[in-house]
Amino acid sequence: MEETLEKPVGNKKPKMTFESKGRTVYYQMQDRIFKYFALAATSLGLIVLVLLLYSVFENGFGRLDWDFITSLPSKRASKAGIYTAWTGTLWIMFLTTIIAFPIGVSAGIYLEEYSSRNRMANLIEINIANLAGVPSIIYGLLGLEVFARFLNLGASVLTGSLTLALLILPIIIVSTREAIKTVPYTLREASFALGASKWQTIWNQVLPASVPGIITGVILAISRAIGETAPLIVIGALTYVPFAPTSPMDEFTVMPIQIFNWVSRPQKAFAENAAAAIIVLLSITFVMNAIAVYLRHRSQKKVKW
Amino acid sequence: MIKNSLVLAFAAGVLFSCGGSSDKSTTTEGNKYESDNTLKIDGSSTVYPISEALAEEFREQAPDTRITVGLSGTGGGFKKFVRSEIDLTGASRPIMASEDSAAKANGVEYYEIPVAYDGLVVVVHPENDWVKSITVAELKKIWEPSAQGKILRWNQIRPEWPNQEIHLFGAGTESGTFDYFTEAIVGKAKSCRGDYTASEDDNVLVQGVSTDKLSLGFFGYAYFSENQDRLKLLPIDDQYDANGKGAITPSAATILDATYQPLSRPLFIYANKKAYEKALGKDFLTFLVDQSPLLVPETGYIPFDVETYKLVKDRLVAGKTGSLFLTLKSTVGVDLKTELKK
Repeated sequence: MEETLEKPVGNKKPKMTFESKGRTVYYQMQDRIFKYFALAATSLGLIVLVLLLYSVFENGFGRLDWDFITSLPSKRASKAGIYTAWTGTLWIMFLTTIIAFPIGVSAGIYLEEYSSRNRMANLIEINIANLAGVPSIIYGLLGLEVFARFLNLGASVLTGSLTLALLILPIIIVSTREAIKTVPYTLREASFALGASKWQTIWNQVLPASVPGIITGVILAISRAIGETAPLIVIGALTYVPFAPTSPMDEFTVMPIQIFNWVSRPQKAFAENAAAAIIVLLSITFVMNAIAVYLRHRSQKKVKW
Repeated sequence: MIKNSLVLAFAAGVLFSCGGSSDKSTTTEGNKYESDNTLKIDGSSTVYPISEALAEEFREQAPDTRITVGLSGTGGGFKKFVRSEIDLTGASRPIMASEDSAAKANGVEYYEIPVAYDGLVVVVHPENDWVKSITVAELKKIWEPSAQGKILRWNQIRPEWPNQEIHLFGAGTESGTFDYFTEAIVGKAKSCRGDYTASEDDNVLVQGVSTDKLSLGFFGYAYFSENQDRLKLLPIDDQYDANGKGAITPSAATILDATYQPLSRPLFIYANKKAYEKALGKDFLTFLVDQSPLLVPETGYIPFDVETYKLVKDRLVAGKTGSLFLTLKSTVGVDLKTELKK
């Protein structure tokens, strides 16, 4: 950094008066201060993450074993496990994805490729942006009234998935649009010039080029969904369930609810259980993010223009 | 599937190994509820450990049943209960008149089952050497709404206490604990000063009180018994000698014999009459009343004496529906046994 600052731009050496030299030093100082500030900001996030991981592992690692993964919840902390919680979480993840992914991506394609810039489009856009900011518990209330009661689906896995799908739809739509925006217009023009229809252009050119961005967005959205507790409690997700769901209409619990319940218990052994369950939940999230990074990396290599 | 059969095998093993206590019908009990083997419990997070323990133990007797427990809170539980969405609901306070009339409007009749006592404790930091006990009047002076911004130092409560700041910790306004404490101490539910450290999670309050030498806080008895070395428990004097003279230290014994007043309260489970009419519901509720003396202590609460559970069971068998507390209005200072006999 410092080198480039000292090097004069152009052929002529600028005159170094006392005043301009002082200013250069001042700018260098400013640059350095900002650099350290940015470094501090970056490391703050990392330090917090390391502290969190340290405290969770210290408390929970000893509790983590195969029995813990395969046992039912119990009043005795040493006997309790997370079998029904993680199966519930996997069910929810799976169903939420297959509901939200096609709808969200289609909506993103429509808004970016088909809709014309008019008032209606603006209105939809503002609404999606607003929806992304609605507190998750509101989605829970909506899910309770519409899915659980009006459609009579009860406190089932399906109700939970539909509710969470609504919650993450705005995120998927926005990231799909952003991904499509990065595809250069020349690519579309080239496709049209070869006689491709609009659909052919979207399907064969635009979508493959924007897949990395779309998938990253979807996976981050799902990662958010599996951490949600409030909307699921509102729709009536349970806490003690002695059986794993076997169909979308079954009742269920999820990891964050089990963790929330254990953390608030007076006995310390339950806090250890909570820490162990957090390790499992964090692992699921990390694996998801790793898949996102891998897929993005792989499909980026394929795209050449 | 493998998992399920493992659990079955395990439960069966438990049954056979302690076969003496369970009756002969247990081997066929798995098929007994074939047509209707679900029971939905929901409600208060305070009552949750009791419901969970009961559901878990009952399942060892009848592995094919599907008993689930949710965590909607006392108010949320009653909302579902009066719509017949659930069979049983846990409550850390009695049903309110508005909830009772909603139940009537929907044609829901219910049984009111007191299950255990929960004590609220008032605690200070273990190094606090000036407070030996505290009176209800002094607690009221600290917590009433008009104390806000005014009662800020220990010597304002009792002149011989030091001229130092007092730091208050207590339950958040959404919890049943808050409702009960304010009703018992200030005299009106939800009437309280606002300038204190509030949390819905009692573990946070334990942490707060145990790390601040000038602190005073209140929370559930179970949270004290798990953290005895970090807290100092205060005996409470209700200045009413009929139920025990002087300051009474909360313990299982003083909560049970009702000398620790006014900060001990009964916890309830409400049962839909229709749930009791089906085989599983009836067996579960009978199990509840019979096993509570054994299971309640494991959860950190205090069971009633055997006679009280018997009175509760008699009401159930006699089909006495409805709440005792619609006319009493409050559970503060109520003698359960006398009321149940009526």
